[in-house]
Amino acid sequence: MGIENLFHGFQIAVTPFNLVVAVLGITLGTIIGVLPGLGGANGVAILLPLTFTMPPTSAIILLTSLYWGALFGGAITSVLFNIPGEPWSVATTFDGYPLARQGQGGQALTAAFSSSFIGALFSIVLITFFAPLLAEIALRFGPPEFFAIQLLTFSSFIGLGGGDPLKSLVSIVLGFILAAVGLDIVTGQLRMTFGFVDLMKGFDFIVAVIGLFGVGEILLSVEEGLSFKGISTGMNLRVVLDTWKTLPRYTRTFVRGAFIGFWMGFKPGGATPASFMSYAFAKRFSKHPERFGKGELEGVVAPETAAHAAGVAAMLPMITLGIPGSPTAAVMLGGLIIWGLQPGPLLFTEKPDFVWGLIASMYTGNIIGVLMVLAFVPFFAAILRIPFAILTPLIVVVCAIGSYAVHNSMIDIWYMLIFGVVGYVFKKLDYPLAPLVLALVLGDLAENALRQSLIMSQGSLTIFMSRPISGVITAAALFFFLLPVLTPWWRRLRASPVPRKV
Amino acid sequence: MRTADLTTASILILLGGVVIFDSLRIGIGWGTDGPRSGFFPFWLGVILILASAAIAWQAWHRSTTKAFVTREQLGPMLKVLWPATAMVILIKPLGLYVAAALYLGFYMRWVGRHSWLAVILCAIGVPLLTFVVFEMWFLVPMPKGPLEAWLGY
Repeated sequence: MGIENLFHGFQIAVTPFNLVVAVLGITLGTIIGVLPGLGGANGVAILLPLTFTMPPTSAIILLTSLYWGALFGGAITSVLFNIPGEPWSVATTFDGYPLARQGQGGQALTAAFSSSFIGALFSIVLITFFAPLLAEIALRFGPPEFFAIQLLTFSSFIGLGGGDPLKSLVSIVLGFILAAVGLDIVTGQLRMTFGFVDLMKGFDFIVAVIGLFGVGEILLSVEEGLSFKGISTGMNLRVVLDTWKTLPRYTRTFVRGAFIGFWMGFKPGGATPASFMSYAFAKRFSKHPERFGKGELEGVVAPETAAHAAGVAAMLPMITLGIPGSPTAAVMLGGLIIWGLQPGPLLFTEKPDFVWGLIASMYTGNIIGVLMVLAFVPFFAAILRIPFAILTPLIVVVCAIGSYAVHNSMIDIWYMLIFGVVGYVFKKLDYPLAPLVLALVLGDLAENALRQSLIMSQGSLTIFMSRPISGVITAAALFFFLLPVLTPWWRRLRASPVPRKV
Repeated sequence: MRTADLTTASILILLGGVVIFDSLRIGIGWGTDGPRSGFFPFWLGVILILASAAIAWQAWHRSTTKAFVTREQLGPMLKVLWPATAMVILIKPLGLYVAAALYLGFYMRWVGRHSWLAVILCAIGVPLLTFVVFEMWFLVPMPKGPLEAWLGY
């Protein structure tokens, strides 16, 4: 069943117009991925207003291509400049930068791009087969199931996010509170507006994304003094081919990374832990663990494969359940709504052209992407040689334009600045930003699912446990919520000498 | 670091208080057709206060010598922030393009000490390019001021 649909999808994705759109998206995306302060999420957010007049399939192809480009671009700065463009490229710098300093930047970049591509491809194949199945199951979901999935989404930030669980919780709650500001669509009541007309419209998450990630990131990066000491790429066809010959050696690392990436990735916030986990596994199973951190090619392969498998897997819950797995997927979800599509399981039956065009474009986009970055690395790396006194104000201006264009409202530019300062403070204090954005996007959906469930059950919370599917999901969510409490307790239990029965 | 953590947590607790106050006003209980509007925000406010209080408690008991921001870091940060704020203020009277040109030019000259030629080229070129892309190709209108009006847009 999947194959004909996929074939049909290719007929949509491989039109000249959509291919041009994909190339454009990847070029812009790679530039965005290379620039400090601009990443996948706010790049997509800034370009979103430009897609309002496009057909939805081309629009999503533009935005997803931008995302692939940003993922590739992050590897360039990690390897050549030791600046991780995105949190999940941090692990790539461990071995990528030492390699580049030893004059093997070309090998490191080729390995990074190729592993990204393989990781992405692995996830896309899984999406092709699992997405229709998941959508079919999701069709039978009611409000309690959807609320349970939301719980699971946010619990995984707390249980698996890696940071301070309390700060993750605060981020989530803050996002939900911001989402609740304005008109309550169920009762028509105004909430938390305190008589201000401007607050009636509420906060748009796109503006929040641009402020928190874009402006906040810029403020952080100028603080470091911003001097880019780049290393030349040393890329040519010979290097690429020679590196490719050595890559089959790392088959196990590829497979492991891809599985870790996919498994972590379709749960929110998964890409970063996935890349670290894959790196750690590669080091543990390596015959030369002492070489890691000093310029081992496998140390580039492992995190890149996992990060991209995870980045792609984040699209799975977005297209099947209408629940995004990452801030970037969240912005795309916002796009879907603006283009007049209803995200969720019905998308597969009602808009097959859109869904299959999107899935097919994931294949074409990644193939075009890997070829383009391999061919044009020096060009993309040159972008960082633009003096930062030009780049910094340029990025701020682009952010302002993007914020204004969402609703043509001046107040949004002010919100962008405020979110920028908040993002700066939160980043410094280790409050994670991704859960805040996701909560802001999902706020209304989650609240409605909760209310409808409570109406169904006459106000009893047991409804989430008593229905089979939602019961399992809620139990999993509770487990993740309690994980930060359980882990130290479990460790103490294992560390303390257990009295053995004789 | 501790002061910053405590301040942030206090602000968040205050915010939680405001949220609870407003939720109580519109009702947090069961209405005729299900939970009232204040139900969801009320509990969010409660969780926010509890979690922030716990963070504050943690921060109080943990001593770090790391500064939240050093003087050397704050300078360049403010150098980006206040001209950006000035630009946003100028958008209303001058329009986005002129404000962006002034901001770009000012920052390049002041922080980057680029030559006047480079400054003028960038400050005029970049807004011009965005104008072509947004207003002409994609028909996304930006705030415009007297200059655009004088040019007939």
